[in-house]
Amino acid sequence: MANLHCNFVGIQSPNPFWLASAPPTDKAYNVNRAFEAGWGGVVWKTLGMDPPVVNVSSRYGAVTLKGQRIAGLNNIELITDRPLAVNLAEIAQVKRDWPERAMIVSLMVPCDEQSWKDILVMVEDTGADAVELNFGCPHGMSERGMGSAVGQVPEYVEMVTRWVKQHSRLPCIVKLTPNITDIRSTARAAFRGGADAVSLINTINSIVSVDLDLMAPTPTVDGKGTHGGYCGPAVKPIALNMVAEIARDAETYRKPISGIGGIGNWRDAAEFLALGAGSVQVCTAAMHYGFRIVDDMIAGLSNWMDSNGYASLDDVVGKAIPNVTDWQFLNLKYDIKARINQDKCIQCGLCHIACEDTAHQAITAVKDGMRFFEVVDAECVGCNLCMHVCPVEDCISMLRVDDGSFGNWTTHPNNPMRKVPA
Amino acid sequence: MTRLPIADIAAGRLTPAQLAHNFADVVPPLQRQAALVEANRCFFCYDAPCIKACPTGIDIPRFIRRIATEDQRGAADLILSANILGGSCARVCPTEVLCEGDCVRNKEGDTAIQIGALQRYATDWVYRDGVQLFARKPATGKRVAIVGAGPAGLACAHHLAREGHQIDVFDARAKAGGLNEYGIAAYKVPDFAQAEIEWLLGIGGITLHFEQALGSQLSIAQLSADFDAVFLGVGLGAVNALGVEGDSLDGVRNAVDFIAELRQCDDLSRLAIGRRVVVIGGGNTAVDAAVQSRRMGAEQVSLVYRRGPGSMTATVAEQDFAKAEGVNVIHWAKPHRLLADDGQLTAIEFEYTCADAAGRLKSSGEFFSLPADSVLKAIGQTFDASDLIANLNAGDGPTLHLRDGRINVDEEYRTSLAGVWAGGDCVLGHMDLTVQAVEDGKRAAASMHCYLSAKEL
Repeated sequence: MANLHCNFVGIQSPNPFWLASAPPTDKAYNVNRAFEAGWGGVVWKTLGMDPPVVNVSSRYGAVTLKGQRIAGLNNIELITDRPLAVNLAEIAQVKRDWPERAMIVSLMVPCDEQSWKDILVMVEDTGADAVELNFGCPHGMSERGMGSAVGQVPEYVEMVTRWVKQHSRLPCIVKLTPNITDIRSTARAAFRGGADAVSLINTINSIVSVDLDLMAPTPTVDGKGTHGGYCGPAVKPIALNMVAEIARDAETYRKPISGIGGIGNWRDAAEFLALGAGSVQVCTAAMHYGFRIVDDMIAGLSNWMDSNGYASLDDVVGKAIPNVTDWQFLNLKYDIKARINQDKCIQCGLCHIACEDTAHQAITAVKDGMRFFEVVDAECVGCNLCMHVCPVEDCISMLRVDDGSFGNWTTHPNNPMRKVPA
Repeated sequence: MTRLPIADIAAGRLTPAQLAHNFADVVPPLQRQAALVEANRCFFCYDAPCIKACPTGIDIPRFIRRIATEDQRGAADLILSANILGGSCARVCPTEVLCEGDCVRNKEGDTAIQIGALQRYATDWVYRDGVQLFARKPATGKRVAIVGAGPAGLACAHHLAREGHQIDVFDARAKAGGLNEYGIAAYKVPDFAQAEIEWLLGIGGITLHFEQALGSQLSIAQLSADFDAVFLGVGLGAVNALGVEGDSLDGVRNAVDFIAELRQCDDLSRLAIGRRVVVIGGGNTAVDAAVQSRRMGAEQVSLVYRRGPGSMTATVAEQDFAKAEGVNVIHWAKPHRLLADDGQLTAIEFEYTCADAAGRLKSSGEFFSLPADSVLKAIGQTFDASDLIANLNAGDGPTLHLRDGRINVDEEYRTSLAGVWAGGDCVLGHMDLTVQAVEDGKRAAASMHCYLSAKEL
């Protein structure tokens, strides 16, 4: 059976599944339940300086997509609203009770060196394994110059990270905000400042919906709303790209990353691992279904690794990075055509109308006067659209038809900047 | 529990509470969340097969998409524009052989989208809130007589009223609705038929006249003289006879009469029902009569059909429903004679049948009998032309042509009489279904409107 033990910048956990800093990790009661359920670690909900923040009533908005509840979730909750001393005492107790689980403490204090120095001392006293710097929250705290207000300025990211590394021996993970043009700039800054790892993504600025009766964004607080932070299954593609961008960047190549963003099952996790994440953090899926989901994530990842001959996480982490490249390096001679399996076709016509109206008029709808859907190879460019709209598993597949030769944009005659072979 | 000492045909077999439960909505309406989940199962097929399977051509994927996007008004508008009795059809259509039967989800080995239930969800609020979706055009001054206030006549009336014509609808019965009011099991349309008609009449310009029958109070000649156009939607007036010994005994009656009596009964605890009921026939009327007998408290109900299950016009779903309700379904037997004691029906004797190689029904010469206090005949209805044509075709004037015993119409539903159209079960060539009758009325109305528009006042 595959070894799921996770050694992430010296933080040990029995598996790579951590609960992200969020409501599920706000207090000992929840975290104890999480560890009982089998989570490998937690990032304790962000601590700040006393007096604690105050939260509003009505905190979450959700996107329901075709009956799927919480395809995306947005929140306007702030960092922990409990006194600092209470949190620290509980962190210490939980770590004593669960020594083999990872205990990472998320922090967010004002952007001055003394504030960071003060809180780091207190965190070290709890016996926690590491700190995570919350440079990500896009709502509320950013209005006070914290969270993403820091995370959006690479110079601040580097500066604060340096303070933390100066005043603490604990491993330091910098949590990045996706609300930035190029994620690589803040990742580079974090590592320049001495970060041991980055974690991403934090939530995305969002208005999840507008209540058309109230004429106000949701979640609505007494008639008004504000932008929140978006997370859940809908953000996974954005997170995967950002993880990959950092993992393959020359300056931060294969640096430690804790992957976050829409992870709800083992497969999501495996994808993050493949793109270079050494651990993964989960929140929305746990908030949707409870802590018990980790059991299936552990089993699923382990079974998948076993059936693919991966003995440990090291065999998987970063495995897909070499295959993430720039568009200009893709093989322009690769050619595939759609194939419709007539035995499986239920004749819904979705492939036809998608191709006819919005693509390449490469699927006909009638044959010999009968309803029949067939690909016209001469028109098919191999775009995959029909395969994606087809509701039947494996009914439309893509068949490779080229001769196996290679040629990319860098040398293509249509490229005015092409490299002319010497 | 000991059996109550009740006579063999008697009222009060069940308590009022049991009866209320038994005759409530057999398929409860979808709630919002369930409707949204179901609507989202629809693939929104291109050129969808379900549309082609609907006699009224409702754009089903589009109305379902409107449900999914919570445009209930848009969904209702699509349905009722194509089928003004879309509320009834949502409840009584044999969807498993129409739209749902052709749903592509069946080919996946999955279950079809519940189109009927979604159609009901999309339209129920219209009747509940009394929302008028259609506007009537300015009055044209043209007058139309419609004979028969069933689905065909009402659909025709509504479409013509929308065009601004003045409509008078005549019906032989005391209420409008036709088979929806008199001929369908109560639990399929509880308290609905009249609510739907009230909503339909909200368009304005339609006047109903009751207890006016052709051959008695009305004649086609007179209507043709008094109105600019006439539509006949008179349904099937007669019931086939058993043609066996004892057909006229007490306790032997037509299933349609039993269903009509039950539908019109204000207090089912006072309606008499046999202890042992035998229903003869293989259609939906037979099933409705058999199941309602069970739900009235009959102890033993048998449904006997002369051929196999595949030949029954009751759908497979209806047959399964009957069995689940405790109806003993017997195939391959035909009535031979009715047995009586002192003038009172006691049993019915059947002869086993079989089919020969060519599929023809054969008698076997073997018999069995079922004890029966009540026999309900549901062996099909026929068009009763006698009253309709008696005086009309007697003289030298134009005649109303029949074909295979029903009114002959062309593709625009015109009869052989100028200015007279016909539709619904009384014309030949279509399924005898509410949804088909609505389509007939709709198409006839389109033709009549063209005719009326060209006709001078």
